[in-house]
Amino acid sequence: MNISKEEVAKVAQLARLELSEQEVLEITGQLDRILGYVAKLNEIDTTDVAPTTHAQAINNAFREDALQPSLPQQEALANGPRQNGEAFVVPRVI
Amino acid sequence: MDYPALTMHALKDLLAAGEVTPLTVTEALFARIDSLEERIGAFITINREQALRRAEETGRQLARGEGGPLCGIPLAIKDVICTKGLRTTAGSKILEPFIPPYNATVMDKLEEAGAIIIGKLSMDEFAMGSANENCAYGVPKNPWNREYICGGSSGGSAAAVAADESFASLGSDTGGSIRQPASHCGIVGLKPTYGRVSRFGLLAYASSLDQIGPLTKDVRDCALLLNVISGYDPRDSTSVQQAVPDYQAALTDGLRGMTLGIPGEYFGEGLDPEVEAAVQGAVARLQEAGATVRQVSLPHTAYGVAAYYIIAPAEASSNLARYDGVKYGMRDMDAETLLDMYKKTRSKGFGSEVKRRIIMGTYALSSGYYDAYYKKASQVRTLIVRDYQQAFAECDVLVSPVTPTPAWKIGEKSHDPLSMYLSDVLTIPANLAGIPGLSVPCGISRAGLPIGLQIQGPHFQEEKLLRVGFNLEQRLDMAGRKPDL
Repeated sequence: MNISKEEVAKVAQLARLELSEQEVLEITGQLDRILGYVAKLNEIDTTDVAPTTHAQAINNAFREDALQPSLPQQEALANGPRQNGEAFVVPRVI
Repeated sequence: MDYPALTMHALKDLLAAGEVTPLTVTEALFARIDSLEERIGAFITINREQALRRAEETGRQLARGEGGPLCGIPLAIKDVICTKGLRTTAGSKILEPFIPPYNATVMDKLEEAGAIIIGKLSMDEFAMGSANENCAYGVPKNPWNREYICGGSSGGSAAAVAADESFASLGSDTGGSIRQPASHCGIVGLKPTYGRVSRFGLLAYASSLDQIGPLTKDVRDCALLLNVISGYDPRDSTSVQQAVPDYQAALTDGLRGMTLGIPGEYFGEGLDPEVEAAVQGAVARLQEAGATVRQVSLPHTAYGVAAYYIIAPAEASSNLARYDGVKYGMRDMDAETLLDMYKKTRSKGFGSEVKRRIIMGTYALSSGYYDAYYKKASQVRTLIVRDYQQAFAECDVLVSPVTPTPAWKIGEKSHDPLSMYLSDVLTIPANLAGIPGLSVPCGISRAGLPIGLQIQGPHFQEEKLLRVGFNLEQRLDMAGRKPDL
């Protein structure tokens, strides 16, 4: 096995997903096959090969630190499932 | 006249000559959509009233001799691109109520050019899929045979254009999501160079791979639309400051002096003989147009899918963390604690493929596995980039199949994620290297399903891709072939 159902359950918790026992089993089986397949990357010797994380050789993209118009508060809040006109409202944290 | 059947450039000429008004065309298009949608299912949202108002407005502009390059042309857009005031779902239940408060940069550009936005098109949820079967709002059908998938993830875009329900569309391509459905639906699709088109307002899947591009009825339309959407955008720091050429200007030049590379690895095991024959036929036509052909090698092609299915889910697991029920979209209102709200909202809002990739990506990035998976995949990505550099030292563009097989039946691969992933083997490498790729129709299988030719080139060489595509289109006379609906 490349991955256990305990690991899938733990990762689901990290990713803020609630999975049923059935989903955990299904995903474990599927990920096991997928991880078995991606293990073929180990056939390649990548010693001293620098990783590529970006498709263009742009380093830093700087701009002037100038004030720009931004979304008005009411428009930014408008899609909130629960909001009070000033902020998004969520269940009590403390 | 059958207006919906026209190409964009043919319609543009009629509009400019005053032979038809945008309102007449838009009404004809909605009539076609009304008669076909029950059978095709390409749309998630139809923007009828606003589009008809906009048609009148662009009609007045044209009458005054004003208006941009797309003035009065109705277009539908993949539902992953933010449209101000028009619902944008990304094919997901979690964004069912989302009305963007701003436009994607490409939408600002389309509107400035005078386009009329008629609706938003079906897609795999968050652009994750190769068959458009992972959509919370239904599965669009291939207009050539409605028992078959139209491809994914921009399946609704390809189906709508192929069925003459939209004159063209914009899609997004992270591992083939424009080229593959274009190929399966017999239309033209271009993934531009990474950084050519602004991603601002594109709901992110895998940010280092995503790119917006056109799906059109012919190559000239593709050039026209690419010109409208290309260019540097200060709101996307990964867009590149490089001049945008006139993509239509070089289309009609022949291919004399151009070398086509044939990558042997793209013609291996699993390639359908009919696809191979259609591609070889296309290569022969391109030689007649003056091109030289040589064999080249991209030795790491077979590792692209494995690298992609680590890198893309890793980026997705981070990008999709924002859908938490707080700022937009749906929320589980019964949850009592914050953590419970996050988990219940995400579990009810996301479909199974999205959950699978979030878990895969979170796992690949987690402590103890990062080097074995993410770093390894990123190193292999470097080798794929080098493969292309070496190949392009010997040829101008690469020609190959887009997909190993024509479209398959709806449901045939939906229970086997890995076999679905492997169908993207020929399109994924271009995303990993950030190079442009074009899909142009090159044949129809005995079962009546379209086959596409893929043309890949070095960064920012879209002109060459389009020129090769245009020459092929002229010699095959495929652009006029339409599904019988």
